[in-house]
Amino acid sequence: MTLYLVLAVAGMVAVTYGIRLSFLVFGHRLSFPAWLERALRYVPAAVLTALIVPMALAPREVIDLSVANAYFPGAVVAGAVALFTEHTLAAILSGFAAYGLWRWLF
Amino acid sequence: MLVGAAPFGVIFGTLAIASGIPVWATLALSALVFAGSSQFVAVSLISAGVALPVLWLTTFVVNLRHALYSATLLPYARHLPARWRWLLAFWLTDETFAVVERQLRHHVGERDGAKYWLGSSLAMYLNWQLWTLVGVLVGQSVPGLASLGLDFAMVATFAAIVAPQLRQRPVLVAALVAGVVALLARSLPYKLGLMLAACAGVLAGLLAERLALQKGSP
Repeated sequence: MTLYLVLAVAGMVAVTYGIRLSFLVFGHRLSFPAWLERALRYVPAAVLTALIVPMALAPREVIDLSVANAYFPGAVVAGAVALFTEHTLAAILSGFAAYGLWRWLF
Repeated sequence: MLVGAAPFGVIFGTLAIASGIPVWATLALSALVFAGSSQFVAVSLISAGVALPVLWLTTFVVNLRHALYSATLLPYARHLPARWRWLLAFWLTDETFAVVERQLRHHVGERDGAKYWLGSSLAMYLNWQLWTLVGVLVGQSVPGLASLGLDFAMVATFAAIVAPQLRQRPVLVAALVAGVVALLARSLPYKLGLMLAACAGVLAGLLAERLALQKGSP
């Protein structure tokens, strides 16, 4: 486990630092392709959504839309509050409140 | 910016500990990788025990936008000695980029640009370490956080980050496609569903953008 973690972190450092160094240090020979710049705009939303949708809709591997699944209403509340208030922390806390309330109710 | 990063640092630290990641590895992620969203993704992947290449590839995709920051800031760094550029690149995150790019654009050619850049980088960096540590301490002092539903913290955090971006139609399309593919592909081995969903989402976003442009021009 320790070796796995050391390698995990080391690899992440190499990849991330390499990306950050790319243009600042080796940039004289590179140019940033326009299509990649457009594609990058969609990466955060795509990755984060891909992470949370299975967690929110299928917390135990099978799709669960019953009242027993508090993740889904919690996520919807967090997203809705963020969308309307633009206040991330308030959104996270509201999501948690909704999640807790739901678990207490059902 | 410093205040804005605080809850994420705390949630990251707490979540990592509650997911069974040792203290040293949690602190190392913040101190050495220093890239918030990829650290969250890593917690989820590491606690699922994915193969290392999958973790590294995912990190690459999640952090690739930093290459854009690196390219954008190059004109302001061209005159700096190489060792400065190696150093400044290490701290290049979303927040540092946002602050430094704005400052340098408005004060082009000023001699202190690099100092401003370094100062902002260090402030963001130390801030992130501090809040990660607070999160680690919270995670340690409240055992059984996982059973309280702390894994929901990740769902709430990411939902709150993504939702405001969905006002742009192509981003909404990208998120919808990524979400559906991730749900359908959730049982694939090595968490490959995440990669597949991310790629599908990005392609869908690009396609939606192109369609919107075509509709706009007669």
